[in-house]
Amino acid sequence: MEISIKAQQLFSVGGLNITNAFLVALIASFLLIIFAIVLRSKIKLIPGKLQSVAEMGIEALLKLMESVLGSMTAAEKYLPLIATLFIFILVSNLLGIIPGDIDSLLLHGEGGHGVMLFRAPAADLNFTLALAIISVLVTNIIGMAATGVFKHLSKYINFKGPIEFFVGILELISEFAKVISLTFRLFGNIFAGEVLIMIIFFLVPYVIPLPFIGLEFFVALIQAFIFTMITLVSISLHTTVHEEH
Amino acid sequence: MDIDSIRLLATAGVVALGTAGPAIAIGMIGGSAVKSISRNPEAASKIQTAMILAIAFAEAVAIYALVIALIIKFVA
Repeated sequence: MEISIKAQQLFSVGGLNITNAFLVALIASFLLIIFAIVLRSKIKLIPGKLQSVAEMGIEALLKLMESVLGSMTAAEKYLPLIATLFIFILVSNLLGIIPGDIDSLLLHGEGGHGVMLFRAPAADLNFTLALAIISVLVTNIIGMAATGVFKHLSKYINFKGPIEFFVGILELISEFAKVISLTFRLFGNIFAGEVLIMIIFFLVPYVIPLPFIGLEFFVALIQAFIFTMITLVSISLHTTVHEEH
Repeated sequence: MDIDSIRLLATAGVVALGTAGPAIAIGMIGGSAVKSISRNPEAASKIQTAMILAIAFAEAVAIYALVIALIIKFVA
């Protein structure tokens, strides 16, 4: 039983190493793309069952966004980013719960013993770091698009007075801290869940893992929701016009 | 004491100390959420959303401690 913080490499394609977390992320992406293409080809005015479920999901998301952002037009404008983050993180977390202790007998096994074929994508620090950077970068760009480039940058660097200057520096540092905290929150929760499941399966393989897998299910949902909510709240903070002074 | 025993002690100590604060914080968040729902049952769903968000922030700090413990045990 090996626990490694790095995702293990399965094989390499022209210098780019394909890790087991990357494989599951690819599977999650293909599933979502195929689902979207199939659903799109079957759109009718009077929806069938699959379309109704998808519409219910999107409407729930839109209502949540409207309650945070304040207006339905803003919610519809930012829906692609928020829905993508939520659905992609949710599906990749759920796929990671599937136990994948298939020892792949590849030649590049780490140190000689087999390497697990599947690993939750969010248990790879690269995945969560990429999503966190995307989230913070795009919310800042959205802020710049909504209030103008200089007004947005003047939140971070303004020379109106010594206190405002330090508050601006603190805001800048807090953006970086947001990247770090988003990364480690998602990574820590999913990785700790994987380690827990691995240890429980090692101790008692029958019946006892069930409540722990249920906990992992719950954590997967909550972490996707939290990541999305933090992005949403920071979008709403950046796009409100500040009327302080 | 050799480095391996210190490593084991450090792993356990980091998790023990690092999860005490978030546990207290989550308890206080839950308590105040329940009190405010009892005062105003109509706003229950808004309070619940805010509570879940705050609990995730508090839990993140415990996760930082866990990540450091894992790094001490398995990487460094």
